[in-house]
Amino acid sequence: MPLKVNDRRVVFTLKVIIHIISLFLLSNLYYQAVNDNLGADPVEAVLHFTGIGAFNILLLSLVVSPLAQQFKWTFLLKVRRLLGLYSFAYALCHLLSFLAFEVQFDWLLFISEIIERPYITVGMLAISILLLLTITSLSLIKKKMGRKWQQLHNWVYLALCLIALHFYWSVKSEIIEPSIYIGISLLLLYFRKNKIIRWFR
Amino acid sequence: MIKNITRKYLSNQLTENQVTDEAVYLKRRQVLKQLGFFGASSLLSTNAHADWFTKDEVTPFATQPLLAKKTITTDDVLTPESKVISHNNFYEFGTSKNDPIENAQQFKVNPWQLTISGEVEKPITLDYDDLFKAFSLEERIYSLRCVEAWSMVVPWIGFPLADLIKKAQPNSKAKYVAFETLYDPEQMPGQSSRRIGGGVDYPYVEGLRIDEAMNPLTLLSVGLYGKTLPAQNGAPIRLVVPWKYGFKSIKSIVSIKLVEKMPPTTWNILAPQEYGFYANVNPQVDHPRWSQASERRITSGGLFARNRIETLPFNGYGEEVAHLYKNMNLRKNY
Repeated sequence: MPLKVNDRRVVFTLKVIIHIISLFLLSNLYYQAVNDNLGADPVEAVLHFTGIGAFNILLLSLVVSPLAQQFKWTFLLKVRRLLGLYSFAYALCHLLSFLAFEVQFDWLLFISEIIERPYITVGMLAISILLLLTITSLSLIKKKMGRKWQQLHNWVYLALCLIALHFYWSVKSEIIEPSIYIGISLLLLYFRKNKIIRWFR
Repeated sequence: MIKNITRKYLSNQLTENQVTDEAVYLKRRQVLKQLGFFGASSLLSTNAHADWFTKDEVTPFATQPLLAKKTITTDDVLTPESKVISHNNFYEFGTSKNDPIENAQQFKVNPWQLTISGEVEKPITLDYDDLFKAFSLEERIYSLRCVEAWSMVVPWIGFPLADLIKKAQPNSKAKYVAFETLYDPEQMPGQSSRRIGGGVDYPYVEGLRIDEAMNPLTLLSVGLYGKTLPAQNGAPIRLVVPWKYGFKSIKSIVSIKLVEKMPPTTWNILAPQEYGFYANVNPQVDHPRWSQASERRITSGGLFARNRIETLPFNGYGEEVAHLYKNMNLRKNY
């Protein structure tokens, strides 16, 4: 559906805001971490921030279509892809920071951690899905894929569940914050219950 | 026995930036916070709201200089004081590492009472001043290895737990020692709210076998870096058992009881398949969530510090303590 001129301006502004906030937070994070200004353990701080950041942005991207439907804000759909891409970017920073700063390129440890720690295994699965979705988000590929594109992109719901599980399993005993995230994720899935039920038929 | 670890105390290795003044450090954190930098995680943290609505400064917890004879030193680079006092697992004051330094500033430690009771001939009660005067104080530099696979090197001040236990004259039934942290939900927000306290049942309790407690390495610490303990590090008195994971080193102790049976311990109650009673540092036995083969040593240097080092059996104190576990299956008794 073609957007009105007014909506186009709103979409442009929204995109600029998303770019500025996401990039500022990320570059500031690494700048502070490199200069040891991020508490006692900058590695832990970077991992937490990028992990939660990826989750937050993914949730935002999944709020878009319920909002667009409810309030007829169709222009919002135009920023959904950008949010998805930033969610992947944060998740990638999360993974690469784990490799570079947590296990410090000890590849054997890296691989054994992925295999032996269930919370890391599901995290890897989730980021693999996000990677596929990112690659296929190019307009050209999207056109070529036709109906298959939507089927593939429905996997975002699986990624959402895996990410929630990854968060829940990664904490020692402080399960309230991850539980709230699980609640929000379930609510977002509930909005799509018809779609999901159809999927399983 | 202790002489084996007399490596030199190279305090001159500390650079200017490693010994950042506490006030400067806190200020820096404040600035970061106002930038909204901790935004994502502090949305749910205890203090975020207080920070937004109350601008007035809290009087910081006061520490006093403490004299002690240096007895155990090391070649390892010390963890800067600013990090030792700002990266704490002390769930009574919140579950994030930086919660305790922010939530414990108002903690009252004087008056204090520590009782030694149970299977002893002479029960003892130590008041606040006794903690610093009843025994001769030593400075010992130990490495502290957290079960989360990070470690620090800390110059503790304290006295051997054995000195205190001997004074109480344990009887033949004293097979274990049970420790208990202060229970005061008004002062410790984590004890009054399960959200802040991470779902732990308080008071925090820990325990040692009597021979572990009597080992000369086992320290009751009343200070660090030449001063009395900051609140967030377990003021006014805490345990330090350097060959065990950090959670055994219980903070802000009010009761030490000699008992006949193995006492319950907090993390073991919470997740028995993850945390055992012994909790000796052991690179061979992984925790379900962390490989224990190596650790990240927290010093200075920021994100690019190549700080991953091999973890040693008994955290490097095997010579002093391995004999305590002869004939024991340490894979089963984790």
